[in-house]
Amino acid sequence: MQNDFEPKIIAFCCNWCSYAGADLAGVSRLQYPTNIRVIRVMCSNMVHPSLVIDALTKGIDGVIMCGCHIGDCHYIEGNKSAEKRANAITLMLEDFGIEGERFRLEWISASEAPKFAQVMREVVDIIKKLGPSSYS
Amino acid sequence: MIQLNINGNKFEFPEGKTLLESIESVGHSVPKLCHHKALLPYGACRLCLVEVHEEGRNTSIQASCSYPALNGLSIFTDTDRVKRARKIVAELLLARCPDSENIRRIAFDLGVGEPRIKKKYDDCVYCGLCVRICEERMGRNSVSFSGRGPGKKVEPPFGKQNEMCWTCGACNFICPVGKKVSDLTSMNVQIPIPNLFNLGLDSKPAIHILYPQAVPNTPMIDKEKCIYLNHEACKICETVCEAKAINYEQKEEKLELNVGAIVLSPGFELFDPKIKPELGYGLFPNVITSLEFERILSASGPFSGHVLRPSDRQPPKRIAFLQCVGSRDFERDYCSSVCCMYATKEALIAKEHVGGNLECDIFFMDIRAHGKGFDEYYQRAINNGVNYIRCRVPAVEEIPYTQNLLIKYLTEDDKKVSREYDLVVLSVGIKPPKSVTDIAEKFGIELNEFNFCKTSIFNPTESSRDGIYVAGPFTEPKDIPETVMQASGAASRVLSLLCDVRGSLITAKEYPPEIDVAGQKPRIGVFVCHCGTNIAGVVNVPDVVEYAKKLPDVVFADNSLYTCSNDTQEIIKEKIKEYKLNRVIVASCTPRTHEPLFRNTIREAGLNPYLFEMANIRDQCSWVHMFEPEKATEKSKDLVRMAAAKARLLEPLQKSSIPVTKAALVIGGGLSGMTSSLALANQGFEVHLVEKEKELGGNLRNIKYLLNGEKPQEELERIVQEVKSSNKINLYTQAEIKSLEGSVGNFKTKIAANGNEKEFEHGVVVVATGAKEYKPKEYLYGQDEYVMTHLELEQRLAADDDWLATDKKRPPKTFVIIQCVGSRDKERPYCSRICCSESIKNALKIKELSPKTNVYILYRDIRTYGFRESYYTKARQQGVMFIRYDEDKKPEVSRNGDGLQVEVFDQTLRIPIEILADFVVLAAGVVPSDGNKSVGQFLKVPLTSDGFFLEAHMKLRPIDFATDGVFLCGLAHSAKAIEESIIQAQAAASRAATILSKDFIELEANISQVIDENCDGCAFCIEPCPFKAITLIEFMRNGSIKKTVEVNESACKGCGGCQATCPKKGIIVRGFKLEQIYAQVNAVLGV
Repeated sequence: MQNDFEPKIIAFCCNWCSYAGADLAGVSRLQYPTNIRVIRVMCSNMVHPSLVIDALTKGIDGVIMCGCHIGDCHYIEGNKSAEKRANAITLMLEDFGIEGERFRLEWISASEAPKFAQVMREVVDIIKKLGPSSYS
Repeated sequence: MIQLNINGNKFEFPEGKTLLESIESVGHSVPKLCHHKALLPYGACRLCLVEVHEEGRNTSIQASCSYPALNGLSIFTDTDRVKRARKIVAELLLARCPDSENIRRIAFDLGVGEPRIKKKYDDCVYCGLCVRICEERMGRNSVSFSGRGPGKKVEPPFGKQNEMCWTCGACNFICPVGKKVSDLTSMNVQIPIPNLFNLGLDSKPAIHILYPQAVPNTPMIDKEKCIYLNHEACKICETVCEAKAINYEQKEEKLELNVGAIVLSPGFELFDPKIKPELGYGLFPNVITSLEFERILSASGPFSGHVLRPSDRQPPKRIAFLQCVGSRDFERDYCSSVCCMYATKEALIAKEHVGGNLECDIFFMDIRAHGKGFDEYYQRAINNGVNYIRCRVPAVEEIPYTQNLLIKYLTEDDKKVSREYDLVVLSVGIKPPKSVTDIAEKFGIELNEFNFCKTSIFNPTESSRDGIYVAGPFTEPKDIPETVMQASGAASRVLSLLCDVRGSLITAKEYPPEIDVAGQKPRIGVFVCHCGTNIAGVVNVPDVVEYAKKLPDVVFADNSLYTCSNDTQEIIKEKIKEYKLNRVIVASCTPRTHEPLFRNTIREAGLNPYLFEMANIRDQCSWVHMFEPEKATEKSKDLVRMAAAKARLLEPLQKSSIPVTKAALVIGGGLSGMTSSLALANQGFEVHLVEKEKELGGNLRNIKYLLNGEKPQEELERIVQEVKSSNKINLYTQAEIKSLEGSVGNFKTKIAANGNEKEFEHGVVVVATGAKEYKPKEYLYGQDEYVMTHLELEQRLAADDDWLATDKKRPPKTFVIIQCVGSRDKERPYCSRICCSESIKNALKIKELSPKTNVYILYRDIRTYGFRESYYTKARQQGVMFIRYDEDKKPEVSRNGDGLQVEVFDQTLRIPIEILADFVVLAAGVVPSDGNKSVGQFLKVPLTSDGFFLEAHMKLRPIDFATDGVFLCGLAHSAKAIEESIIQAQAAASRAATILSKDFIELEANISQVIDENCDGCAFCIEPCPFKAITLIEFMRNGSIKKTVEVNESACKGCGGCQATCPKKGIIVRGFKLEQIYAQVNAVLGV
C-alpha cells in the first residue's frame, strides 16, 4: 500500500548552520517525520555530486542538501559553490531518470529550527507522494 | 538487591522500588496517565498494567506504578492479555474525554479507534493529579474530590474559590486533559511569568534556560517566582532532575580578584517610549518597540518567527516605523546611530516573512545610512518597496474597534494625510545604562554631557582613569562592527599594559603518550546515553545497545544515565583499556557541543582524539519524534550503524603546527598604520612600517582643527616622534612593496625604499593603506579658483585666521557648501560618512571667525551620527542655513560677474532658490587608495565593488580578512572619523597579537590533503577554494612533467569544496573523506 511507504531520505547538513538548526529543532521539540537521516558535513560545499547520485541510484528515496544562507557561510562563499554544484546535480538527475523533486537544496540557519522541521516535513511529503525510487 | 525477570531477561535492582520504576529504568516503556514522578503512586488510571508471575500464585494483572518490585517476580509488559486490558482502560478514558488530544494520542497508541460506549464529553478523567500536586507538593489542599460514584467531582473546599490557593498554576500544568483547575479554586487569574528575553511577549516557567544560545546553557531559577524559595513547597524540579543538579541553596558569592586592568562594557539601555504618551506605547497594544518587533521576527521569538501583531495575533498588512523616538530631541541631543538601519532591516525581513503585499512605511528625518555598505542596503529596501516618508510623526491614535492605529502627517508637498496601520513600531534610541552613575562612582571615571562614558578623540578606548578601558555603546551609540572594533581596541590597550606578564597564569595540560593504532583492526566501543529521560523516555536504549553489539567490529556496547558526567568519562577510559578499543562512538546528543569533551576523554585514555564519532540520537530522535518511540528507536539504531560505518574508517589525525615569526608588517604610515605599529611595539613585537610617501601622517596632516575645537597637529607630531624613536619599529618611507609571499605566521616581503631593496620576514600583516579625498569633476571645480574642496577650505581657514575679516580685496560674505560630491551617486553609491560632520565643522569655524558671514549647506541627508548631532544643532543655532536638495535635482553652479551663482531646488520649501556666493565648497567624498588593488593581489585578499578592502564578516569580523594573519584598519576599510580609525588600528594590533603571542600556530587537523597518485593537475579545485589555499605546481619526475596541486595547510580551513569538485578523488578532507561519507550513505541503506 502506498500509505505504508516509509522513504529513506538523507539530509547533508553543514556543521555551522543547518546542523545547528536541526539541533535547535530538537531543543525546541519540533516534531518531524522519522524518515530523515542527517549526515554532518563541514560545509554544503563538501557534498560531492557523486555522493548524491550514488545515494539516489542505490535506493535512497530523496536527498536534501542544507547550508548557511548566502552571506553567512562559515567558509565565506562555500555555499555559493554548493549552489552551483546543486544546479549541476539537478541536471545530472535527468540523465539518470530520477525525478528532480528527489533532490533539494535549502539554506537553513542555526536559529531557523521551525524552518528545518517544516522543510523536512515537506520533503517527506513530496517523496511519499512520488513513491519509492525506481532504483530501490 | 532484588532480582526481577522482565520480559524474559534478568535484572538486579535495589530494594524499595515500584515495578514501574524498575521496568522503565531498563528502557521498557509502559503507558501511563495518572503517574507523575514527583507524586506518590496512585494507581487510578490503570493504564500501566503489566502481567505479574509469582511462584506459587496465579498470574495477575497489576498496576505497575503502585506494585512493589519484589524479589523473584517475573514481569511481562507486552503480552496479549496486558494489551487487551490496557485497551479497555484506554477506551473508557476516551469515551469520557473524547476531546482531549492527550487521551486521543494514548488511545491511538494502544490501538483504540472509536469508543464503543457512549461519549461523555467530560473535562475530567479523575486521575487526581491536580488534587495530589496541590496536596503533596504545594501543601495547600485547595482542590480535592467530593462526592462518590457518578457524583464525584473535583472541587475546592466548600465549593468556593478560596484564599488558600496561590494561583501557582501547578494544577493547570499537570492536568492531562487541559482543564483550568485554578478557575475553580481561585478568584485570581494565573499571572504568566513574562519571558524577559522576548520582552514579555510570551511567558516562561519559574525555572528555565534564558534563551537557546545562552552561555552557560543551563537553566536558572527565577527566585522571585519559585514556589520553593518563596513558600518552601513544590520542589518538583528537584525530583524530576535525574542528574540531581538542582541547587536551591545557591547564593550570591562575592569574589575578590586581583587584576591589572579593567575593561568596562556595560552596554546600553533602550529609551522607554512610555515617556512620550502621545505615541501610544503601553496604551495601545499594537504600538511596540523595535526590539519587541525584532523578537517577533525571530524564529526563536514569541510567535516562532511569524509576523503577528500583539492584540489579536493576526498578520499585519501595513506597518509604520517611527524613527528618532528618544533620539535627536531636546533632552537627548544626539543620534542613536543604529535605528535607521535596523528599521530598514526589520522592514525588509517583515516583507520577506509576510510576503509581498505587506506595506512598510518608515517615517524619518534624515536616513542615516553612514556605515559601510549601508546606502546600498537602503537603496535595496527602496527597490523592494519599503516606503520612506520624511516626517517626524507627532502622535499615534488608536481606532477603538479594530485596534488599528492612525497616523496623521504632512507629505513633502505639504498635503495633510491620515493613514491607518495594523502595527506601529517605535525605533527607540540608545541611552546610557541605568546604573551608569553607580558605575562611574564605583570605578572613579568621568561621564560626558549625555551621561555616556567620557573618552577623547585620541584615546577613544580609555576612560578618564588609568588602567580602565571602555568599549561598546557605553561610550557612544554605535553599530555592531564599531562595537567589535572598540572591544578589540580596548583589548589591545590592556595587552600593552600587561605585556610583561602575558601568559603567566596559563598552565599547559599533560596527556599520556598516544597509542599507535596503525594496522589494527577496528575495535569499536559504543556508549549509548539515556540523557536522563531525554533519550530513554522515548528511545528504547537497551534495545539500541543490543543492536550496537551485533554491528561489525563493535567489541563493546553499554548504556549510561549521563554519558557526559564525570564518572562515565572515567568508565569510558577504563573500557578503552579493558577492551583495547581503538574507535569510540557515543550515541547521545550533538557533536557541536559535546564532541570536544569526548575527544578529550579518549585522548586522556591515550587514543588519538579523531578516532571518535557521535550519533545524535537526542536532538535527531527522541526530541523530534517524541510520539513515535518505536520509529525513534529504529532511527537511533540507524544512526548508530551510520556512526559505526564511519568510525571503522576513521584515522588518527595530527594537528600540525608551524612556528611564528614574531614580527608584523604594517602597510601605510597614516594615523591608522602608526597607531597599529605603536600598539604592536608596545606589546613587545617587532614592526616593519612601510609608507609610500616621504612623510608619515597621511590625511591627518591636512586636518587642522576638529569638530570639538581640538587642534590635532600637536598630537600627530607626538605620534610621529614616538614611531620614529621606537626601537621596535623599522620605518621605511618612500617605500614600495615588491613582493609578498607566505601565509599566517610566516610571510616574506621584499620592498624598495629610497632606491634600496630590503627583505624581511614577519608573521602577520596589517593593511592600513588609507584613502584620499575625491577630486571633483563637477561644480566648476578646477575651472574657478573660488570653488574648492572642504579640505582646501580647511587649509585656508587654518593658515590665516584673519582671512575672512581682513581680505581687503574681497571679504567673503557668503559660502555655499555642497554635500555628497562624489558620494551616493551612480559611480560611487556609498556614503563617505564624515563629510556632513566636516562641513558642519567648517561652517562653525567660519561663524566663529566671522559671525556675519553667510553659510549655506546644501545637503541630501544630514548624517551627524552619535554625538556629532549636537554640532548640527549648534550650527543651526548659529545661523548656518541648511537647504535640502534631491539627487535628481542637483544644485547648479555658474560664474556670475564677481560671484558664483548657485541654483538649487529646496525640497523642504518646494521652491527654487538662487544664492550669490563668494565661495563654493565641495564636500568631496572619500575614495579608496590607488594602491589597494596591488596590495590586494599580493595578499590574495578581496576588495569591495567600491574599491575598499573587504573584511571577513561585515558585522562580526570587521578587522579580519578571510585570510588568516592579515588584518585591516582605518580608511582602507571604509570612510571613518579619526577616533574610529584609532580604534580600528588598535583593534588590528590586538587581533594580530592573537597570532604573534604564540610560538607555534596549531593548524586544523580536518583539512585537505592531495592524493598524489590520483591528482593529475587538472586544477578544477583551485577556483572553488574560498581561501585560495590551492596552487597548481609542475615539476619533473622520472623524466616527465608531473602536474599536481599543493595545499597551503595554514590557509586551508577544511570546507571540502576541493573534494567535492575533484572528479578523480585526487584531493580529500581528512576526517570527511569521500569514502567515509559514502560509508554513512551506505549505512543508511543498511549495506
